Amino acid sequence: MISFTVNSEKVTFDGEGDTPLLWVLRDHLQLTGTKFGCGGGGCGACTVHVGGRARRSCMMPVASIANRSVTTIEGLASKTKGLHFVQQAWLELDVPQCGYCQAGQIMAAVDFLERFPQPTDKEIDTNIRNLCRCGTYARIRKAIHRAAELIAEGRSA
Amino acid sequence: MSARSQEACLSRRQFLIVGTSVAGSLVLGLPRLTAADGDERRIGFFVQIDADGSIVIGSNQPEIGQGVRTALPMLVAEELDVEWSRVSVRQMPLGIVKTADGFAWKYGGQGVGGSTGLTSNWVYMREVGAVARRQLIRAAANRLGVTEDQCSTRPGVVVCAGREIPYGDLIAAAAELELPAEPPPLKDIADYRIVGTARRTVDAREIVTGKSKYGIDTAEAGMRYAVIARAPVLNARVKSFDDTAAREVAGVLDVFTIEGPEMGQPYVILASGVAVVATSTWSAMKARSALRIEWEESPSADDSSERFWQENEQMLRTEGQVVLDDGDYEGAIAAADTVIERQYRVPFVSHASLEPQNCYAYVQEDRCHIIAPTQMPSGASRAAAAVTGLPREHIHVDMTRVGGGFGRRLTNDYVAEAAMISKKTGWPIKLQWSREDDMRNDFYRPGGLHEMRAGLDEEGRMVAWTQRLASGSKYYRRPDMPEENLWQSELYPDDFPRRFVANMRLEYFHNAIGLPRGSWRAPAHNVNGFVVQSFLDELAHETGQDPLQFRLDVLGEARELEYGNHGGPTFNPGRLSRLLKFVAERIGYGKSLPKGRGIGIATHFTFGGYAAHAIEVTVSDAGDLIIERVVAAIDCGLAVHPNAVEAQLEGGTIDGLSTALGLEITVRDGAVQQSNFDDYPLARISMVPAQFETHILPWDDVPTGVGEMGLPSAAPALTNAIFMATGRRIRTLPIGDQLKG
Repeated sequence: MISFTVNSEKVTFDGEGDTPLLWVLRDHLQLTGTKFGCGGGGCGACTVHVGGRARRSCMMPVASIANRSVTTIEGLASKTKGLHFVQQAWLELDVPQCGYCQAGQIMAAVDFLERFPQPTDKEIDTNIRNLCRCGTYARIRKAIHRAAELIAEGRSA
Repeated sequence: MSARSQEACLSRRQFLIVGTSVAGSLVLGLPRLTAADGDERRIGFFVQIDADGSIVIGSNQPEIGQGVRTALPMLVAEELDVEWSRVSVRQMPLGIVKTADGFAWKYGGQGVGGSTGLTSNWVYMREVGAVARRQLIRAAANRLGVTEDQCSTRPGVVVCAGREIPYGDLIAAAAELELPAEPPPLKDIADYRIVGTARRTVDAREIVTGKSKYGIDTAEAGMRYAVIARAPVLNARVKSFDDTAAREVAGVLDVFTIEGPEMGQPYVILASGVAVVATSTWSAMKARSALRIEWEESPSADDSSERFWQENEQMLRTEGQVVLDDGDYEGAIAAADTVIERQYRVPFVSHASLEPQNCYAYVQEDRCHIIAPTQMPSGASRAAAAVTGLPREHIHVDMTRVGGGFGRRLTNDYVAEAAMISKKTGWPIKLQWSREDDMRNDFYRPGGLHEMRAGLDEEGRMVAWTQRLASGSKYYRRPDMPEENLWQSELYPDDFPRRFVANMRLEYFHNAIGLPRGSWRAPAHNVNGFVVQSFLDELAHETGQDPLQFRLDVLGEARELEYGNHGGPTFNPGRLSRLLKFVAERIGYGKSLPKGRGIGIATHFTFGGYAAHAIEVTVSDAGDLIIERVVAAIDCGLAVHPNAVEAQLEGGTIDGLSTALGLEITVRDGAVQQSNFDDYPLARISMVPAQFETHILPWDDVPTGVGEMGLPSAAPALTNAIFMATGRRIRTLPIGDQLKG
């Protein structure tokens, strides 16, 4: 039995410890916002936060998550404050096309902006390694800059 | 839907009915599959108006990211005259009805390919909205004892002789009225408030909060999870397998063989394999990797890319099938002042949609339920029928949001597989492909070798043109397709430069490689746009002409030319000229550039729409390529949903560049060599320049599709720019390491 926290709720998993966190979230917890894209950590569609840092959930055996805290796209918005600034920026720029990669993109961007609150294009290009097959990259870059503004305004307000 | 439904005939003989739902809403649309089953999930309507004035519009087409779920409801809402903020959208299932001579559509034709999702519904969806508005107006007129022509509407409200009645107050009365025999006249485009304005994707909020449901997210009661171990070699069959270790994996329920197709016969699935069914996706995947399978020798075991390209070269030394022969090609080439010949090689590529193939199927004795991410739900229905033997009217197909299409999901092989597994086990199952399954079992964009030859007169004008193509046609799978028609999917004879060069010949050679082929975003155009726009550039440079002026001279003034291929009936070269001039001006074409820097241009007409690209690059002495700036422009007639038009132009451009830069599927000893994004390197965000502009140049009041138009001219604009920067001409795609050393 493996216990951990997902979106501030305690959960347990009694299956095989080598099951990737991705499939525990999707098949067992019905949190399907986190997507399967490549199964090898290459595309980032499965990005979630573990202990506050962006991680590829397809590469993390659930046993390694024991007693740790996971945030998925479903838990990113605050119940009181509404959408996260990154989600707001994504809406403003109308980023999604098919939308399949976007949960992972957003989770990656949230973590990135904590480390690079005023990012340059170069920093985005080097650190955001999630694939978007539809080619929404130009809007993703603009949305990250916009989210940085919103976060800065939100903090100063 | 109430029992007091009436039927009326709209254009294209669609049956519309009007009535009230159990909740008292006005519903305008089509009968449910099973009347009065009370199952709200199976909506069979286009428009529902609730008592509070909120509107639900049904979207009948698959949403693959092209924005059709926003654009089509915009058409309905425009004519219905409602506030867009009051509209929500629901996905409709596949609707087919059995008739004396086959099947007819219940909700209009459903399927997205060839950029037709909007154009094929352009009139019909507006009529649906107009009919609904007319019902409300008549109900209001009756209530107030005035005539219809004394009434009009403003958003959500009927205005009659100084009095106003909200739509929500009229729904019961409107449902009682018979529908008109003919649809009412449509709005003047000058009066549009919704169509042509910036609207956000209707599902954006669900997407950014992780709530949007894709096929892969399907979770139905009692559902089991399935995967298939597929042959590593194309067309190999299972000889035997040992599942001892696989069955020891916790959660494994069943393991069995899936029979593959007969070679050379039309088929619904790609290959034979071994299915594993388990209580979770991971159990199924883990058990699959524990299987020990022996495969029979495959007839495709000797297939290789090396052999394919060698055979193409040999074929081009022989005489092929002449499929177009305008004027006197031989005479004109013999008399030409200059003759230029080049070869271009364009590889096989994979669709690599980010959501791997998957399908839910539940096959019961007398019915089947399919939930699938598909571009062609009718194909899903046919695939399930072929596998189960059930009549198609008893196969219910629900469509989910689709995690990328690009043409891959026009083929429903994964639906057939899911139905096979459910039929065999009796369980509701969700079949899940891995990324490796997806990349190695695709219907790839056909690769081909193109030999181009042109003759120019002493003024530098083209007098003779030929394209000789050796490729693997995607039409090889079509039933009853004669060998002599296989070229039709690879060469569209009415494409440019037909009617611009008096003496023109097209010649085709079919190379029957075992690698499956299919439709890939802008089929044939994505290849021929590169080849033709590269060759034009070479002709200009070789004869000392400016590449832009050379193209403008050839294209000439705006005029409608006959165009018999998909996207016709006409083609206006002046629309390409306009776009070319625009992008050239925006990027500063002709300005002096430092060493290693260059600008390239290209334009192409795709399935009725027009696009052009101008791209500026830097290539370092070491051969490092940087895309500095991209200017892309599209002319799609009337842009119904401009935000999606821009998005598709952005996406098509990036797709074209990403593919040209680094993507290729290769075969060795009958096996596809690529398997995941490490060896099939889709471009990441770093490829996209900060200076990336997209522009919509409106033309007239008729929309064209937009999903494919932005792709074909991107790659040749890039390689033409590389030539300007370096003097090196890219004639083989992908570009890969060709610029190094």
